[in-house]
Amino acid sequence: MTYHEAFISERAARACAVAAQFCDQVDAEARFPHETLRALKDERLLSIMIPRDLGGEAAALADVAEVCAMLGQNCASAGMVFAMHQIKTATLVTHGVESEWHRTFMRRIAEAQLLLASATTEGGGIGGNMRNSICAVEIDCDRFTLQKEASVISYAKEADAIMVTARRSPQAPASDQVMAVALKHQYVLDQTGSWNTLGMRGTCSEGFVLTCDARAEQIFPKPFAEIAAQSMLATAHILWSSLWYGIAAGAVQRAQSFVRAEARKKPGVAPLGAVRLAQTVSLLSLMKSGIAAATSRFESAKRANDELNSMGFAIEMNNLKVSASQLLNEIVREAMMICGIMGYRNDSPYSLGRQVRDAMSAPLMINNDRISANSASLLLAHRIDARLAG
Amino acid sequence: MRGPDVLRGRSSPLNATIKMLLARTGRLAVDVNLLADDQDLYSAGLTSFATVQLMLALEEAFDVEFPERMLNRRTFASIGAIEACVSEISGAREAAA
Repeated sequence: MTYHEAFISERAARACAVAAQFCDQVDAEARFPHETLRALKDERLLSIMIPRDLGGEAAALADVAEVCAMLGQNCASAGMVFAMHQIKTATLVTHGVESEWHRTFMRRIAEAQLLLASATTEGGGIGGNMRNSICAVEIDCDRFTLQKEASVISYAKEADAIMVTARRSPQAPASDQVMAVALKHQYVLDQTGSWNTLGMRGTCSEGFVLTCDARAEQIFPKPFAEIAAQSMLATAHILWSSLWYGIAAGAVQRAQSFVRAEARKKPGVAPLGAVRLAQTVSLLSLMKSGIAAATSRFESAKRANDELNSMGFAIEMNNLKVSASQLLNEIVREAMMICGIMGYRNDSPYSLGRQVRDAMSAPLMINNDRISANSASLLLAHRIDARLAG
Repeated sequence: MRGPDVLRGRSSPLNATIKMLLARTGRLAVDVNLLADDQDLYSAGLTSFATVQLMLALEEAFDVEFPERMLNRRTFASIGAIEACVSEISGAREAAA
């Protein structure tokens, strides 16, 4: 571990202590994890990925992934807010460094530890297919206006800026999209939907009509299709999976403490859950190696644009999301089997109810069936690489 | 930028077949015949799903297989880019025969 990595994880550990303290309250009240976000800002963790010359720390994606995993063990909602913020930051870092407005904005994020949200989901039948838009930006001289029926904007009311997708112009086809940054004073939110869910209750992913009026230079120069392929797809799936790994690891740790306590109570007798624990630990390491492999594939693909835009790369990132979300659910269920009624209870030190409920969101956020259908289409073209070291 | 082929009044058989297949599978928002050879197909509405359908149609029509290295966004970015790739694959096959 480098000095910088150790420094980041020390700061993250302090924020995690706050997350652990408030996680049950956030879950019970379905409220935003204010205290944890305050701690993340105080530790200046919201800007770690931003380049050094713009006030950040130029942290690698793996370092950000580590923070997501740490938060996942303590408060998955706060971890998801942090992950989503970093996915937006990755877009700025990848596609905004050559635009003066976006550079200035990155400096402000670092200075004031601004929180970024995103409005990529739209009502009116578009649903979770973020690669299509109904709404369009209308450019008039140096300004643009936009109204979006956003069926979901996570933590919209807490964010300092929202990154929003829309068609390039009112004449453009649904798939010809751009992405723009809108600052808090440049938009109005009219709430249309609430967030009362089984798990991930603190992300406050409510519905809104978003109306904004901002400067035209706040629109990213690159089409959204390229932003999605080159930064969002990989960072979203890697950071989500890392957070999910944290939830899974936390559940397995709880199951292990349970088995060890049983072993202490009856020396010489193997506890009932011991074998299942061993099998669950192997699932956890499978999950971990999948994330590590996808992260290193992304780091090497970043050096070659064609590779980032290739079907093979998209399929690999899709595979990570689908497999990590399934493994997470398998692991938390196994952890509950190991802890038995003590895991099922909401009032025991081995309680796993929140972890199970949070985990259930994973296959649904960008539905695994939608992702598999996308991979199925790509696999009509892409040939499977049978090499072991590929 | 060159003008649309209908205005320039010339088009190779390869170019014409590509356009016909693009019209059939591309689900574009505009008439294929009004597109210049170097015009961006993604901004004309080409999606990743339609790209795969177009690739399959091209493979069937020209009896070729797109190699893995061509399966990226750039290959299908314009009619001209597709034409260059199909020529390259067919050329390589003829040279090997």
